[in-house]
Amino acid sequence: MNWQLIFDQARNDFIFVFPEAMLVFFGLAILLTDFLLTKAQKSWNAYTALVGVLFSAASLFLIRTPAHDVATAFDGAIVIDPFFIFFGLIFLTAAAAVVLLSIGYMDAVEEQRGEYYALILFATAAMMLLACGNDLAVLFLALETMSISFYVLTGFLVRRRNSNEAALKYMLIGAFSSGVLAYGFSILYGLSGSTNLVKIELHIADRATQFAHADALSFLALATVAAGVFFKVAAVPFHQWAPDVYEGAPTTITAYISVASKAAAFALLLRLFLTVYWPVRLDWIAIFAMAAVLSMTLGTFAALTQTNIKRLLAYSSIAQVGYMLLGLVASVDKDGALNQRGLRATAFYLFAYAFFNLGAFAVVVALQKRGMIGDSIDDLRGLGRGCPVAAVLMLLFLLSLAGVPPTAGFVAKLLIFSALIGTGHPILALVGVAYIVPAVYYYFRVVATMWSGDGTEAHATPVIPAAQQFALGVLAVVTLVAGVFPEQFLRLANYGLQVASLR
Amino acid sequence: MQPSGSHILNVVLFTPLVGALVILLIPRARAEIQRLVANAFGVLGVVVALPLIWRYRAGADAPRFQFVSDHSWIPLLGVRYTLGIDGLSLVLVLLTTVLGAVAMLSSWNAIREREKEFYMAMLVLQTGMLGVFLSLDFVLFYVFWEAMLVPMYFLIGLWGSERRISAAIKFFLYTLAGSVVMLLGILAVYHSRGTFDMRTILDAPFGADTLRAQKWLFWGFFVAFAVKVPMFPFHTWLPDAHTEAPTAASVLLAGVLLKMGTYGFMRISVPMFPNAANAYRGAMVVLSLIAIVYGALVCLMQKDMKRLIAYSSVSHMGLCTLGIFALTPLGLSGSVLQQLNHGLATGGLFLLAGILYERRHTRLISEFGGLATPMPNFAAIYMIVTLSSLGLPLLGGFVGEFTVLRGAFEARWQWAAWGLVGVILSAAYLLWLYQRVMLGEITNPANETLRDLSAREFATLVPLVALSFWIGVYPTPIFRAIDQPVHKIVEAVNPGYYSVAAGPVAPVPASAAAKAR
Repeated sequence: MNWQLIFDQARNDFIFVFPEAMLVFFGLAILLTDFLLTKAQKSWNAYTALVGVLFSAASLFLIRTPAHDVATAFDGAIVIDPFFIFFGLIFLTAAAAVVLLSIGYMDAVEEQRGEYYALILFATAAMMLLACGNDLAVLFLALETMSISFYVLTGFLVRRRNSNEAALKYMLIGAFSSGVLAYGFSILYGLSGSTNLVKIELHIADRATQFAHADALSFLALATVAAGVFFKVAAVPFHQWAPDVYEGAPTTITAYISVASKAAAFALLLRLFLTVYWPVRLDWIAIFAMAAVLSMTLGTFAALTQTNIKRLLAYSSIAQVGYMLLGLVASVDKDGALNQRGLRATAFYLFAYAFFNLGAFAVVVALQKRGMIGDSIDDLRGLGRGCPVAAVLMLLFLLSLAGVPPTAGFVAKLLIFSALIGTGHPILALVGVAYIVPAVYYYFRVVATMWSGDGTEAHATPVIPAAQQFALGVLAVVTLVAGVFPEQFLRLANYGLQVASLR
Repeated sequence: MQPSGSHILNVVLFTPLVGALVILLIPRARAEIQRLVANAFGVLGVVVALPLIWRYRAGADAPRFQFVSDHSWIPLLGVRYTLGIDGLSLVLVLLTTVLGAVAMLSSWNAIREREKEFYMAMLVLQTGMLGVFLSLDFVLFYVFWEAMLVPMYFLIGLWGSERRISAAIKFFLYTLAGSVVMLLGILAVYHSRGTFDMRTILDAPFGADTLRAQKWLFWGFFVAFAVKVPMFPFHTWLPDAHTEAPTAASVLLAGVLLKMGTYGFMRISVPMFPNAANAYRGAMVVLSLIAIVYGALVCLMQKDMKRLIAYSSVSHMGLCTLGIFALTPLGLSGSVLQQLNHGLATGGLFLLAGILYERRHTRLISEFGGLATPMPNFAAIYMIVTLSSLGLPLLGGFVGEFTVLRGAFEARWQWAAWGLVGVILSAAYLLWLYQRVMLGEITNPANETLRDLSAREFATLVPLVALSFWIGVYPTPIFRAIDQPVHKIVEAVNPGYYSVAAGPVAPVPASAAAKAR
C-alpha cells in the first residue's frame, strides 16, 4: 500500500474543505478560550467568530472556480463549483451579520455565552457542506449537523419558556422530517446501489426512459425527499413549526433560521432536483407549483392577523418560499428544456432575500432592550419619531419583502414573474402578483404602527450598538443597490446557478 | 446603443430628489430653513423645466420623442434608462412642476409638524410623478409608477385628517392592485416583442393578427390606468384619499396623479393595442359616461366640501377618458386640454378648500355661508376657479370640454349628448356650492372675522388662475404641441382616418386640423 499517495491525495482534498474547516476550527477555539474570559469579556467570542467567518470567506475566495468549472474531492463526495461558491457567500454574509447583531442582543437578554457563537459557526460549516456535498451521506450528515445546532440555538434563552418550547417543538418535528428524508435517501440508494448523486441520476434517468414518468419507486423517493426538504424550507403543508420556532427563538437566531437555514435547504433542494431528479422534472414541477401556491396563500392570509412581529415575519417568509419555488417551476421550459432565466430568478431571489429578510429581523433585534420582550407589533409604535433611521430602514426592508420598487425585492419578483410568463405559466404569475396586495396590507400595518405614537414609548428610542448599526447599514445598502443597479448581482446569480456546472 | 442625447430631462427629473437630499441634511430643529429650501426647489423645478417650452419642436416633421436620454441600465434584462418627451408628456410635465411648486407653497402654515419628513416626501413624490411622464422604458415607467405610491401613502397617512390611516392604505392597495396586473402586462409585452422600449412598440404597434393577445394586454393595462383615473367602478378609493389628504397632497392627487391614468391610456393602451382599443371603444365610452353623470349626481349630495370636489374629479376625468376613447383627433386633443384644465381648476379648488380649512378647521359646507363679505378676494378667485371648472368660455375648462364634446360628437352624437348632461350638472353643483359657501347672510358667527387671502395664498392661486385664463383665451400653442402626438395616436388606432379626412367629403376632421393649427 502506497501511504505516500494516499496522504498526498488527502492533503489535496483537504484544501477543498478549508472554508468549513476554518469555521469548525474557530468554533472549537471559542469553546476553549471561553473559559478564560470574564463575564464582561464574553462578547470577545463574537469577534473570534467574526475572524473565523473572515478566514472562511478568504479560503472560499481562494478555491473559487471560474464559471463552468467543477472540481471534485474525496472521491466525488464533494464538488467545488460556482453553485457552492454562491451559496457559501450567502451563508457567510448571513453569519457575519448575525454575529454582529448578536453582540448587543445577547447582552440585552443576558445570555452572552461562548457556545452560542461556536454553534453559529458549526451551523454555518454544516450549511457550507450541504451546498458542496454530492453524496447522500455527506448531505444527510451536513443537514443533521445544521439542524442540531439550530435546535440548541433555538432554546438558548433558557429562562424563557417559549424559547424552550420552541426548541422542543423544532427538534421533534425536525427529527421527524429528517426521518422522512432519510427514508427517501434509502430508496435512492436501493434503486442505484450508490450514494453518489451522479450515479443515482443515471439510474433514475434509466428508469424514467422505461416508464416515461417516474415509476412508483422513484416517485416515492422523490415525494419523501421533497417532503423532507419542504419541512426545512417551511413550505406548506410542512410549515407548522415555523411560526412557533420563529417566535420562541432568540431573534438573531430567528433571523438566521429564516435566511441561512432556508437558503441551505434550498441548496439541497436545487442540488437534488436539478441533478438526481432532473430526468423526471415534469413530475416535480407540478408538486412545486402546488406547494408554491399553497405557501403563498397560507402564508399571506395567516400573516394578515398576526400581532407579533416575529410571527408575522414567519408567515411572510412562508409566503416568500412560495415565490422562490415559483422560480424553480419557471426553470423548466414548456418543452422540458432547462430555462436559465428561472434559475437565475431563484438564485437572485435567494440572495436578495437573505439581505432584506435579515434586515427586517435586524431592526427587531436592534429594538431589544434589557428586561423587555419587545417583539409585538405594538412595540414598534413611535419608532418613526423616536428613531426615524431605524423606522426608515424597516420601511425599506418591508417594501423589499413586498416587492415594491426601487428595492431588491422588486427586482427579484420581476425576475420570477418574467420567467414564469416566458415559460408559459401566466396563471401562476397572476397568483403571484395577486398576493402582493394583501402582503402590502400586512407589511404596512407595521409601517402604520411605526409612524403612530409620539416617540416616547419604551421601545421607540433604541440605543443601537455600533456593530448592529454596521450590520443594518450593509443590509440596507445591498437591499437598495440591488434594487436600483442589479446588474452585478444578476451576474452573480447567473454565475451561481448555471446549468453547465450542475449537470 | 451608445448613450445619447441631452441632459435636460435628467435635470428636470432629479432636481426635486436633490432637494429632498438637501433637506435630509438640514437639522431637524431648523424647520424654517427646510421650508425655504423645499420651496426653492419647488420653484427651481419649474425653472429647469421652462427651457423645454421653447426648445420643443412641434410640427409633423419633428422627431416624435425629443430630448431623449438613453442609457444602459440592466443589460442582462434588456432594461434601459430612457427618458424622452412628446407633446403629451410635455404638457403634463409642465403641469406637474407648476402644481408641485404651488402645493409646496400652500403647505407653509398648514404643515407644522414633522416638516422635514413632509417636504422630503413631497419632493420625492415630485420626482416619481415626473418619472412616470418622462420614462420611455416600460420597467423604468413601472418603477416610478409604484415608487411614487410610498411618499403619497405617507403624505395622506401622516398629515391627513381623522381617518387618514385607512384612507392612505386604501389608496395604496387600490393602486397597487391595478399596477401589479400591469406588471404582468409589461412582461407579456416583453416576451412577445423582446423589448421594454416604448418607442419600438409605438413605431410598430401590435397588428390585427394579434387581436387575442392585444385584448389580454389591454385589460392588463386597463386595470392599472382605470384605477388611477379613476374610471367607474374603480373610483371608490378616490373620495376617501382626496378628502383625508392634506391640502398639498389633494392638489397633487387631483392635479397630477389622476393624469397618470389618462396618460397611460394615451401612451400605451390606445396606440400600442389599437385593435383592442377599437374593439372596446364602446365599453370604455360607456364607463366614461357613467362616471361623468354618476360623479356629477353624487356631487349634488355631498355635505363635505373636499368630498364634493373629489367626486367632481370623477366626473371631469370621465370627460377626459370620453375624449380619449372617442378615438378622434378632437377628442384626444380636447382630452389633453381638459386634463390640463382639470389639474389647474381642481387643484385650485382644493387649495381654496384648504385655505378655508386652515381658518375654520372644518370642511362641512353647512358651516359656511356669506363668506364673500369678510373675504372678498377669496370669493373672487373662488368664482374664477369655479367658472373655469364648469367650463365658462374664456376660461380653460371651456376649451377642453368643448373640444372633447366635439370629438365625441364626431364619433357618435349620443356620446356627446350624455357628456353634455355632465357638463350641465357640473355647473349646477359647483354654482350651488359657491352659493352656499359664499353668498347670502353670514349665519355662523365664527365666519364673521375670517381673514382674507394673505400674500402667500395669493401667490399659490394666481399662477393657476393666470394659466386658466391663458388656456381659455389662447390655447393654440398647446394644440400645436400636442398635434403631432395626437395625429400619431389616431393614425395607429384608425389608419384610414386622415386619408379620408383629406378628401372633400369629411368637413369635420378638416376643421379639426384647422383648429389645431
